[in-house]
Formats: sequence, structure tokens, C-alpha cells
Amino acid sequence: MDPYFEFLCRMGDNTLILGHRVSEWCGHAPVIEEDIALANTALDLIGQTQMWLGLAAEVEGKGRTADDLAMLRDAWDFRSALLVEQPNGDFGQTLMRQFLFDAWHLEMLKGLTQSCEPRVAEIAAKAVKEVQYHVERSSETVIGLGDGTEVSHDKMQAALNLLWPFAGELCTPDAVDDAMHAKGIAPDLTTIRTAYDTHIESVMAEATLTIPDSRFAHKGGKSGFQHSEHLGHILTQMQWLQRAYPGATW
Amino acid sequence: MQPDIAQIWEWLDQVPDPEIPVISVVDLGIVRGVKWDGDTLEVAVTPTYSGCPATSIISLDIETAMIDRGIAKTRIKTQLSPPWTTDWLSDKGKAKLEDYGIAPPRPAGGPARCPRCKSQNVSRISQFGSTPCKAQWRCTDCLEPFDYFKCI
Repeated sequence: MDPYFEFLCRMGDNTLILGHRVSEWCGHAPVIEEDIALANTALDLIGQTQMWLGLAAEVEGKGRTADDLAMLRDAWDFRSALLVEQPNGDFGQTLMRQFLFDAWHLEMLKGLTQSCEPRVAEIAAKAVKEVQYHVERSSETVIGLGDGTEVSHDKMQAALNLLWPFAGELCTPDAVDDAMHAKGIAPDLTTIRTAYDTHIESVMAEATLTIPDSRFAHKGGKSGFQHSEHLGHILTQMQWLQRAYPGATW
Repeated sequence: MQPDIAQIWEWLDQVPDPEIPVISVVDLGIVRGVKWDGDTLEVAVTPTYSGCPATSIISLDIETAMIDRGIAKTRIKTQLSPPWTTDWLSDKGKAKLEDYGIAPPRPAGGPARCPRCKSQNVSRISQFGSTPCKAQWRCTDCLEPFDYFKCI
């Protein structure tokens, strides 16, 4: 196992799976502006996926492409965090998941712009500009709905309670993260955690939402050890065309 | 006899952006370099947004335009760094955007005025719009919605 390849797959699989999840809203959002915003966010994430998985495929050196990695791997080879494969739920739950991801994504990409690997720094510098827009919108929406009506507040609190145990995995370092940090390729996740917590706390306070009093974090997504059952269902839809008609283009 | 680089830039300035055809790919600031590599013309292009579906069309349009000018071999080189910024939009491009009804980007973070009635009373509808590079705003005087080319 090459930790650099693993790390690049983590970055690309997070954006791929979340991009797919968010795209499921296309044509279904409560108002057209939100529909467009969700589709735009998904598009940015899929664009970033092409860059991360493109580099991963090059680093692997086995002749695979970004498309091969996205469309022809099975669930156990995906390195996305458990948070991004969680179902959309209602609109509030989708935006809560988005904010919990965006806040991590922004800190992570800021750190990666300082990477000693120029290719990684380049992709991060490109992506961070887009993610600043994502986090601006998702945090404003979480605040608007949290500090909204009684119904919207309760739905957002329920979404936070449901998703919080999935957020910790992103900031919990393992052997791959430690190796990337030691080589100067990626930032130290414990410092990301500090910035992440500060950001989450300030937004949740403004949203009048209570962060669950537990650091328990489900794990197994980014290591590929134990994805939730949701990932397989996503792949059956996302990969269906390439599985049914291998090599199909249009 | 190869056309000189200044000539190539002039030709590129006639290739329209596929989504906003009033400005050229040069106005948009995405052409980052032009050079000859033997008999092959190399054009460095940077994407606006990483997922922008217009990127591949732009590459194709540049190649086609060069073929029309008699350049048989063009290679498009994707250049990510430094990342594209709306600071690279030309002044000519910004003026054309406003004439077309799209408020040009401003570092202050919002449009200066309504591109139609020129009122300064404007409000944001959504920071996302019909393409990745645009946001939706409205004029509170003439009440027309309009696109704002957002700053990045």
C-alpha cells in the first residue's frame, strides 16, 4: 500500500461520493435557487475529483485513469469518509452534512496549498477558491434554518445529532495521515481539528444548535475497512452504465 | 513561415467563450501562454472552475480556430497554477459583459450597479447561478434579476 496513492484516493473519493450525493438533488430542491446552488456545488466537487483521481492514477502508474478509478472500483476500494456517503435526508440534513464536510475541506485544502508536492499544492490552490463559496453558503444556510422556525430548528438539531458521529473521522489521523504529514505532503490533522472545532462551534452557536457532548466517531470509511451499506447503493447507480456497457462513451 | 506570437494572440482574441459569446477566451484571462514547439503551437489554458463543462469545448474551439488559420498542429496544455482569478478579465471584457447584461466582478464582492438601469440598489438572490462563474442578483429599482460574474 502506497500511502500517497491512498491519500489521493481519499481526497478524490470524498469529492466524488459527496458530489454524486449532492447531484441527487438536481430537479428536487425546495426552490430553484437552491437547486442551482446544489448542482453547482456538485459540479465543483466532480471537477475536483478529476484532478485528485487523475493524479492518483498517475502516481499508481498502472495505466488506470481517473474514470477507471471512479467507475470500476468496488466499495472496498473506496477511501471516502463515512460522512459523505450518508443519505441526503431532508434539505436541512443535506446542508448540515455539507457544512460539516465543507468546514473540514476548507481547512484541509488551505493546509495542502503548502504541500511539498507541487502537484498537490496546485490542485489545492484551485479547489480552495471554490470551497470558500461552498462553506459560505452551507454555513449561512445552517444558521438560517437552525435559528429559524421551531420546525426548522428541530430538524437541524436532529440532523446534527445524526451526523456528528460521522464528522470525527475526517479529523482523526491514522497511519496514512501520519505518513503524509511526516513527508510534508499534507497538514497535521490534529491542527486541522482545532480550527475545525472553532469554526463548527461558532456556526452552531449562531444557529442556536447544540453540538452533541461526545467525541465518539465512527471509523472505517477512509481506510476502506468498513463502509456503511449506503456506499454500495450509491455505486450501483453511479457505476451502472460503465458496468453494463464497459467502455461506453458519448 | 510560422505566424508570429502576437498574431496568434490576435486570432485567439477572436475565439468566443462558448457560454458568454460576447467575450473572447483572451478577455476571460484563461489563455496563459502561447509558444511554438517545432511545428506545433502550444497554447496553455487554465480552467475557470475545475468542473466547468465549457473547458473541453474551449480547447476544441481554440484548435478549430487555429486550423482555420492554417495551423495544422495545436497542442492545448492545461495549466492549473497559478489558479485562474477574475482579476485576469480584461477591461474590454468587463465592459462587454456589462453591455451584455452581466455585471462584471468586483473585489468588493458584489456588483457596482444594475447592468440594465445602472441603479446602485441591488440585492443578492443566490451566490450560485446558471453557470459556475455566475451569481444571481436583482435590481431593487427596475426589479429585473441579473447575472453577476462572481469574484474568485
